[in-house]
Amino acid sequence: MDLMYVHILLLALLVIFSVLAAVNLRIIRAAILLATVSLVTTFILFALKTPLAAIFELSVCAGLITVIFISVISLTNPLTREERADEKTKMFKRAVLLPVIVLVCGGAFYMLTKGVDFIPVAAGAVSKPEQGGMWNMRQLDLVGQVIIILAGVFGVAALFKDNKDDGGEK
Amino acid sequence: MTISLIFVPIILVILLNIPRLSGKAAYYAALAFFAWQFLSVFFPFLGSQQIADLISKFFNLNVYADGISKIMIISAAITAFVSLITSKVFAKRDSRLFALSNLMLLAAAGINGLVFARDLFTMYVFIEVIAVASYILIAIDKKDGALEGGFKYLIISSVATVMMLFSAALFFLVAGSTGFAEISLAVKDFGANPLVSAATMLFITALLIKGGIIPFHAWLSGAYAEAPAGVSVFLGGIITKTTGIFTLIRFFYSVVGFSENIKTVLLIAGSLSIVIGALIAVTQKDFKRVLAYSSISQVGYIVLALGAGTALGIGAALFHVFNHAVFKSLLFVNSASVEKETGRLDIDSFGGLGYKMPITSGTAAIAFLSAAGIPPFSGFWSKLLIILALWSANCKGFAVLAVLASLFTMAYFLNLQKKVFFGELNAQLEDVREAPLALTLPAMFLCALTIGAGLLFPYVLRLLIFPAVGIV
Repeated sequence: MDLMYVHILLLALLVIFSVLAAVNLRIIRAAILLATVSLVTTFILFALKTPLAAIFELSVCAGLITVIFISVISLTNPLTREERADEKTKMFKRAVLLPVIVLVCGGAFYMLTKGVDFIPVAAGAVSKPEQGGMWNMRQLDLVGQVIIILAGVFGVAALFKDNKDDGGEK
Repeated sequence: MTISLIFVPIILVILLNIPRLSGKAAYYAALAFFAWQFLSVFFPFLGSQQIADLISKFFNLNVYADGISKIMIISAAITAFVSLITSKVFAKRDSRLFALSNLMLLAAAGINGLVFARDLFTMYVFIEVIAVASYILIAIDKKDGALEGGFKYLIISSVATVMMLFSAALFFLVAGSTGFAEISLAVKDFGANPLVSAATMLFITALLIKGGIIPFHAWLSGAYAEAPAGVSVFLGGIITKTTGIFTLIRFFYSVVGFSENIKTVLLIAGSLSIVIGALIAVTQKDFKRVLAYSSISQVGYIVLALGAGTALGIGAALFHVFNHAVFKSLLFVNSASVEKETGRLDIDSFGGLGYKMPITSGTAAIAFLSAAGIPPFSGFWSKLLIILALWSANCKGFAVLAVLASLFTMAYFLNLQKKVFFGELNAQLEDVREAPLALTLPAMFLCALTIGAGLLFPYVLRLLIFPAVGIV
């Protein structure tokens, strides 16, 4: 029961840090908040007894990706004070319905699961092989992720490379 | 066949980049792969089987090819082949051709992985592969409209992605696995459970977003219209058909089956898409936007056929997926020809182009007639099958709607044909010539397929469509 409260607390923190990262106007703070989201995710993964995934999340998402984000952000020009004030007003208008949407979705999901009284079929059975045999069981998914990374690399090369004779079509 | 069609494009991309070869080399390698993909469906001994045997010594992949996969592989190979040829006509720089060829190879690997997947989470991963490649392909020219179209697709697609992941998690909770067989069993045991219903509805909604079905169509017209000409062929011909419609077919056929509620949702979503898509298409002024809204309407027919919930309905949907891939690719190639020769796509600024571009005009007319369901072209037979499937499933009202909606299709296509190709020649277009062979040859090839599949429809049905859905 105590563990359930820890899970709820961690999930609530996850939502709070995600929203803060999304609405923050200082991009460097947003990157740090994203790293915090990854940190909370790491705790959740540890609590779910998947240490391998937790370590990957911590080292890659919270560590490596944050370093890349901050390096790139340091090369950009930050917003001026006036621009930030202007953006803040716009952001407030855009985000005013966000708490309502979160409450409605949460309420709908609560109502949906209220009458659920069944136990997942193989909840105990699946956890061990999933932990131990990621490569053996999900090789095709990993191949798919390799293709996503390759496509991402081409995306960066094609979209962000500054060509002098830019303009692809005749 | 299955594994080789996923791995060979990845190996090709690696070989093309280490050391980096020229754009032309990448172009011919990609074309050769698409041709080989098409042939390997009919002749697996042409290398695909041997390569698959070799790869399976190192990898243990949960893949499977059935009749439905084969139809998608054929459609994808044809569309990708034509799309890349069209792209080359417009690619000014070698580096652009190189990036386009590599991205199309990666997208093809994604499509092949998706159609061979036997697991819901694997499907999600490969849908993301296709989506990432598509965002980049749409925005590759870095023009404002294309960047906006790509960004809209990215954002709306992300919503669908979250829904799919959430749905996969719920199915995992219920079934203890995300494999099709396990979920199918769990749905039989716990079908009435609200979690199963929620997971099913989330997955369907995500796929309707990916397929651009009304009311989830906001991203589609911008992405299709603003993408580079060759990419529009790829997007309109196969991308949304695979990520949205094929996955929908697979989800119902192999995983959850058709309940009465699901059928009702599909029938209503399909009907809305057919009618509203066609009505918006009539009002459009841009050649590619007419084709984009026409796609929404035609995909509505496919969803409507699925709503019949029978083997004949699924067969009809598959046949229309193939036909739509062919005739819509042809129409996008025609729009590329017009854009190449006139430098614009505003249909009110044309008129009489048929005199100057007889091949483009003639092939466009055949594609229009096929899309409108006029015999003997292939589109007629798939629409006839859709109507028969609906009628025999006792959805007679929807069958009548499908017939009447063909009039809307005729309306927007006649309007387009009249404004662009018929009538008096616009004086400004006096110097226009027929498009280069690199565009007219693919158009004639697709036109021949439209006529051929129409005239030989009994063989297409008997050899490809009916076996795929278990009709003997």
